[in-house]
Amino acid sequence: MTAFLQKRAFASLISLMGLVVLVFFLSRLTGDPTTLYLPVDASLESREQFRELHGLNDPILVQFGRYVGDLVQFDFGMSIRRSAPAIDVGLQAFVWTLQLALITMTLVTVAAIVIGSLAAFHIGGVFDRIATFFSLIGASAPDFWIAIISIVIFSVGLGWLPTSGTGTVWHWILPIAVLFIRPFGLILQVVRGSMVSTLSSAYVKTARAKGLRNKPIIFVHALRNAMLPVITVIGDQAAALLNGAVVVETIFGFPGVGKLMIDSILQRDFTVVLAAIMVTAVAIFVMNILIDILYAVLDPRIRY
Amino acid sequence: MADHLLEVRNLSVDFHTAQGTVHAVRDVSWHLDRGETLAILGESGSGKSVSASAIMNLIDCPPGEIVSGELLFDGQDLLKMTDDQRRDLNGRRIAMIFQDPLSHLNPVYTVGFQISEIMTAHGSPKDEARARALELMERVGIPNAADKIDSYPHEFSGGQRQRLMIAMALGMKPDILIADEPTTALDVTVQAQILDLLEELQAETQMGLLLITHDLGVVAEVADRVVVMNSGEIVETGTATQVYHNPTHPYTKQLIGAVPGTGEMAEPMDTAIKPILEINKMGKKYGAFTALQDASLTVLPGETVAIVGESGSGKSTLAKTLLRLEDATSGEALYQGRDLVTMDAAELFALRREIQMVFQDPTQSLNPRMSVYDIISEAFVIHPEILPKEKWTARVQELLEQVGLNASHMYRYPHQFSGGQRQRIAIARALALEPKLIVCDEAVSALDVSIQAQVITLLNRLQEELGLSYLFIAHDLPLVRDFAHRVVVMQGGRIVEQGPVAQIFDAPRETYTRNLLAASLHPDPEVQAARRAERQDLQEAV
Repeated sequence: MTAFLQKRAFASLISLMGLVVLVFFLSRLTGDPTTLYLPVDASLESREQFRELHGLNDPILVQFGRYVGDLVQFDFGMSIRRSAPAIDVGLQAFVWTLQLALITMTLVTVAAIVIGSLAAFHIGGVFDRIATFFSLIGASAPDFWIAIISIVIFSVGLGWLPTSGTGTVWHWILPIAVLFIRPFGLILQVVRGSMVSTLSSAYVKTARAKGLRNKPIIFVHALRNAMLPVITVIGDQAAALLNGAVVVETIFGFPGVGKLMIDSILQRDFTVVLAAIMVTAVAIFVMNILIDILYAVLDPRIRY
Repeated sequence: MADHLLEVRNLSVDFHTAQGTVHAVRDVSWHLDRGETLAILGESGSGKSVSASAIMNLIDCPPGEIVSGELLFDGQDLLKMTDDQRRDLNGRRIAMIFQDPLSHLNPVYTVGFQISEIMTAHGSPKDEARARALELMERVGIPNAADKIDSYPHEFSGGQRQRLMIAMALGMKPDILIADEPTTALDVTVQAQILDLLEELQAETQMGLLLITHDLGVVAEVADRVVVMNSGEIVETGTATQVYHNPTHPYTKQLIGAVPGTGEMAEPMDTAIKPILEINKMGKKYGAFTALQDASLTVLPGETVAIVGESGSGKSTLAKTLLRLEDATSGEALYQGRDLVTMDAAELFALRREIQMVFQDPTQSLNPRMSVYDIISEAFVIHPEILPKEKWTARVQELLEQVGLNASHMYRYPHQFSGGQRQRIAIARALALEPKLIVCDEAVSALDVSIQAQVITLLNRLQEELGLSYLFIAHDLPLVRDFAHRVVVMQGGRIVEQGPVAQIFDAPRETYTRNLLAASLHPDPEVQAARRAERQDLQEAV
């Protein structure tokens, strides 16, 4: 297992390096920062000064080299727009996103597993039909639309919840509810499908022949086997949330990493973009390793 | 009322499928007493497992429907009980073991947990259940049970897994044990051990044993009485000896006639002929593991050489290295004087025409999305020099007729054929390339006895007509006895003995061969009783 973790960490490091290269050069392709930072009528001298100050006159490879050198020391540079180190800005936003993602995915996982398992057990029944109907709607509804509609209904119409921002528990309810819907629908479908096949497996037949009750048959014998494909999808969905739920964070004015990235890209605040990307990338790599470990925990046949 | 421990009266079960209603069993009646072994004998689709599933409440309704009948256990009709009452009987008073223990044990829980669970589910405290689980594991012969109790099913061998299933079933000392094909997936020597274990346990506990099987040998070995089923109906009942020696129903007669191992043995071929295949000291290693070592054998033109051995003996490795599906690590395989092991890709491609293979499971070896015509004519696509395209249709028709299939069915798909017919398609596909040698890897093992006999007849006829040689890999000794000219016995990657079929079966030199022969089951209960005595003598000698 230790050898596996080392191998995975090393592979992740290589991917991270690839990411650094890709992001640095791609962000330079979006345009010259001086035209964006300085007024349109800025003089050539002031432009030149700006370039000199931020090292933008050096050949791009030199700029890149300097950047990598700083990165190794976890120095992403200062944000040009905010007078704070880029890494601090990125981490701050990431903590918000992490909380949002953790709460949402925990709720999604528990709900999808319980409802999906029961739907699979009563396949074709009323409960299954209702669950399938709503999960399909959930999986296919666009979240920006749900976000706006829910603001219209719950904040503007009924006045129960705040429209945007943070501060109280009430501020969290709408973003979580909106982010919940799509992964819930998707994961519920995967749980249901996976459970339908494990419930018809030979070892479930054995469990029935042993005289077990339905609850241990579903939640002990079938579920653990059914979880393997489900975990893959959960990981995928969690990664999407960790990357920043851009649309939802923007609509609800939630100070997460998704909103930060969009803002920084529009402002050509490269250091913050890169810091935010590296923070989320590391988080996703860590999560993937955790998922691999979870596989091995759930299935004793998997040994690394 | 309560004359018998278990009595099935006039049971009829239907399955409602998209293709219509299937009458799985019709008006079936039988009974089982304490301490007795009843075998339900039948081929696939005979409905032999359905009444057992009905007893265990394992039939899903729908699509199943119990149309009529009574299942009297201790005088009480199971069908009139609530689900909770039946669940309470399951595992506690009536237990069941299944054919394939690997898939019937949950892969993600320890065997200790799974054995104790049957007891905790019926009210035993956890620590008591675990202690009894350990005791049971020791009783069924798991070595170092105390160390193995927290191991997972995949860490045991096939025979041990079936022992664990038995241990689990015995947790609550049931009155009845239902065993559904308990030894079908096991090697013969392991099969004999499991059947011995079941008999011992039955003598200890006086439980009624209901054995569902397709194998007359198993019936002869353990059954007191036998119920023969065909197409959902009971065609014959009686003691095992009665039914074998005096079958009254034509189906039973046909079934007994089809059982291999009683016919004439083939005369050895003239060894002066130049062999078509000569394998010298072939070996195959996977890392540090030696799968095949110093294997040497020859095959003459028109000869059938059987390779027998238990799982892990290296017989499939031999076939795979011969066909270059795996590369041999040492030795040579001379096909008409040319070495297959060192041959380059182009030469090998040309030669693949002459050596063909027929696999065990035709359901898996035929592409389900290709029609029979496509499957067979693909040979001509790959080797276009065989036949111009305008003659393909006629040749496919000819091949289908040659293997006993209706030529007009060539645009059908594999799922529209029965298991035996699919294996005929696989044989036709092999013949399309006009091979001289066909490697049959357990080619008839998945088929019912009567179908098996038909396919063997076909292989024999093709050998006569086309002068084919067969390398016939099998674990079923009686079948080999009737079919092969020469027999090669393998164990642990080595050839332990080889010779003409009569020599191997009538005068085996090696202990391993003798053990193997003694463990294989004979359909005649009297012959089998003698064989069992011999087997036990051999065991005591060890």
